[in-house]
Amino acid sequence: MIELKSLSKTYSSKNGSSYEALKDIDLRVDDGDIYGIIGVSGAGKSTLVRCMNLLERPTAGQVLIDGEDITHYQGRHLFELRSRIGMIFQDFNLFTQRTVLKNVLFPLEIRHDGHSSALSRARELLELVGLSDMEDRYPSQLSGGQQQRVSIARALANRPSYLLCDELTSALDSLTTASILALLAEINRTLGVTIVIITHAMSVVQAVCNKVAVIDGSRIVEAGRVTEVFSSPQARITLQLLGLEPVTAAAPAAAGATGTINAHDPSDTKREVASDA
Amino acid sequence: MPDFLTAEFWQEYGTLLGQATIETLVMVASSTVIAYAVGILLAVVLKLTESGGLKPQPVLNAVLGWVVNMGRSLPFIILLIILIPFTRMIAGTIVGIRGAIVPLAVCAIPFVARMVESSFSEVRPGCIEAAQAFGASTMQIVFRVFLPESLPSLIRGAAITCITLVGYAAMAGAVGAGGLGDVAIRYGYYRYQGGVMFASIVVLIIVVQLIQSLFDLVARRIDKR
Repeated sequence: MIELKSLSKTYSSKNGSSYEALKDIDLRVDDGDIYGIIGVSGAGKSTLVRCMNLLERPTAGQVLIDGEDITHYQGRHLFELRSRIGMIFQDFNLFTQRTVLKNVLFPLEIRHDGHSSALSRARELLELVGLSDMEDRYPSQLSGGQQQRVSIARALANRPSYLLCDELTSALDSLTTASILALLAEINRTLGVTIVIITHAMSVVQAVCNKVAVIDGSRIVEAGRVTEVFSSPQARITLQLLGLEPVTAAAPAAAGATGTINAHDPSDTKREVASDA
Repeated sequence: MPDFLTAEFWQEYGTLLGQATIETLVMVASSTVIAYAVGILLAVVLKLTESGGLKPQPVLNAVLGWVVNMGRSLPFIILLIILIPFTRMIAGTIVGIRGAIVPLAVCAIPFVARMVESSFSEVRPGCIEAAQAFGASTMQIVFRVFLPESLPSLIRGAAITCITLVGYAAMAGAVGAGGLGDVAIRYGYYRYQGGVMFASIVVLIIVVQLIQSLFDLVARRIDKR
């Protein structure tokens, strides 16, 4: 179970201005869920998922994993925690100078797992994602869908209980997206991995998620079972995302239900590597 | 016909030029190795402590960056002189190959530090974030992400470093360090033997071309992007 309690994240820049990426977020992901977090660009969803493994440090509030408050984990504890949570990225973020097999081995090397067991584990995962015959290829020799499969295998290497997916299908075509989502559903069903999916596409939520949270203007405006949220959407942004309410040319649902979005464009805030200091 | 194309010329000066070529290569190779040993370390510190890095330390980063820039702004010929006491202490002499390696390495360290730092910056931040997400420690990220992911770029940088040092080694020749620069100056300039100067320049050109081709070949071979 992943719980976020009154979570906020504020970025302050040197010139004194600040930007609230997340405001007072409460969210609970139960074991076995495929939890979709949907919102438009800049709504704060990438920051939200990065708070779950502390790639981003929340400014206020708590992150609980299996009931344990991890918000202030540092050093060894933090590394150990992260190795229990797999992560998949929009741009795959594979290591370009490593073969497919060595990419999958990376998380195991980090944990100093015995070489032979690690190797069999990696091969087993490549089989699961259907890339057994490509273990000696390099990422540059693979298609986008294949690269994302490698990154799924890599994320599962340490047998994580949770899999965080940041826009995992945004760089893929619709057929590849469908097959990747089917793979995720299978992983959820057969391995019992709890999955959090960040997306801007309703179709992704409809395809695999059992629960959904709609995020807009740095807040969660609606959350619950997919069937309930979609059958009686409350927030304007949800109606717009579902195509039930027109989006004006001027502002694609920017103000949403809260009407308090900061004028600061979040795309200006350069994504920086999280500090482990 | 220029005299350095004749058999007599090579009978007379062949050994001298061959010996000088070896001296130049030894000076360049040893100072490159030393410069990389220290330069990579500095580059790692610079990269990790930069703002937005894995261990941001603005003050340390600024001070170190300033020291590196200062090192880079000193002309080599001046460094050669300033370093005389230091060189004598480390190498026991200030002349010959041994005497030249110390200033060459010191001169190359800040150059290498910046070169390696820029190679590190080519590593996609997403790859570093992925390594973090899998629980990699900072040192693991340095050794398992920064260095291997930037290796082709590091090798291309090493070619530039070596070639720059070939030039500097020739300059060191002017103050008695040996090598091709020394031969060119002693024979070509002081004894008016233009042929020897010309021949040593030709050898230098060949050496530089070979270094570049060799490093390019290796970089291409290992780059999997």
